[in-house]
Amino acid sequence: MSFQPTFDASEIEDLLNGKRGGEHPSLMSVLEEVQARYRYLPQDALILISESMGVPLSQTYGVATFYNAFSLKPKGRHVINVCTGTACMVRGAKKVLERISDRLGIQPGETTEDGQFTLETVNCLGACALGPVVVADGAYSGEVTGAKANALLSKVMAEAKTV
Amino acid sequence: MVTLSINGQQVQGVDGSSILEVAREHGIEIPTLCYHEALEPYGGCRLCVVELKAPRGPRLVASCVYPAEEGAVVETDSEIVHRSRRMTAELLLGAAPNAKVIQALAARMGVEKPRVSLSDNNCILCGLCVRACREIVGANAISLVNRGFTKEVSPPFEIGSNACVGCTTCVFLCPTGAIKLEEVLANRSVHHWDSDFEAVACKICGDHYLAPELAVDVEKVLSEENA
Repeated sequence: MSFQPTFDASEIEDLLNGKRGGEHPSLMSVLEEVQARYRYLPQDALILISESMGVPLSQTYGVATFYNAFSLKPKGRHVINVCTGTACMVRGAKKVLERISDRLGIQPGETTEDGQFTLETVNCLGACALGPVVVADGAYSGEVTGAKANALLSKVMAEAKTV
Repeated sequence: MVTLSINGQQVQGVDGSSILEVAREHGIEIPTLCYHEALEPYGGCRLCVVELKAPRGPRLVASCVYPAEEGAVVETDSEIVHRSRRMTAELLLGAAPNAKVIQALAARMGVEKPRVSLSDNNCILCGLCVRACREIVGANAISLVNRGFTKEVSPPFEIGSNACVGCTTCVFLCPTGAIKLEEVLANRSVHHWDSDFEAVACKICGDHYLAPELAVDVEKVLSEENA
């Protein structure tokens, strides 16, 4: 199984052509689709998109580095987000983060070598009453303890094996 | 024309002009850093804040981007304005402690030593270089990248940009000297952008001064003019 889908210029071109059929193509929506497809924004894709859409590369790069939703480094198949906002922190987010970090063997912001898991922190999810909050593949879990984090991680890891 | 009051003085300005423009036309001084006549106003440095008392307010607004309205009452020298500018000057000094422009500005605002240290280069992220590169030069070689504390001015992918024509407008405009120009013999390079190229020699004086791409443009314009 290959770790990353390989970058294919024709795919990006198809995507851009599809967009052009509709209304005014938006840089953000194109970048979102490329991010979803490759789990990051390959350098060649950014260059191709800029040239094709007539947007200066400097501007495309500025947008790509501004938003948290975009990554210039490949992200794992499964993304685990630990909220480290003030409320989650005082409710024990640090322990939860350490537990997950130890078990995956990576630091926040890193991706496991097999390309399966990315661990990230987020500053606030606006669900402070539920803290500490962990988001695994888009699913929210509240009042997470070390043990609960372990169980959550086991579930995600089991899913990773079946795919 | 609109009529408004600045520091108790009745002044007139052209429709659509900003408070800053009207004030300067009437010799009323408002400090600025990120403002440049030749560029679109940006409202980034917040030094040009003034107190708007009517028709809304009282509130602080950035005079470079706030339109001059009929009947507006503006104070450029009030205590609240000075307090705001002092804080801005202190933060700027924290970001660029070695820049002469910032040191002078801070001294004028009564700031001696900043309570914070924000960075080790002199860039204050005013965006003058980025906007000049886009609006005047049209090269779009650099942009503001990342966000928050890691925000900086950079060419795409942080490697030399072949969009850079080496015009050095950015070096010229940078108020803090954060962008360095090093001239080594015939090799003119804007080091901050890692852009490195052989400069083309002028046919008349023999001095090396032009980036190759720019030389082609100049020759094209000259041949069109002569035709």
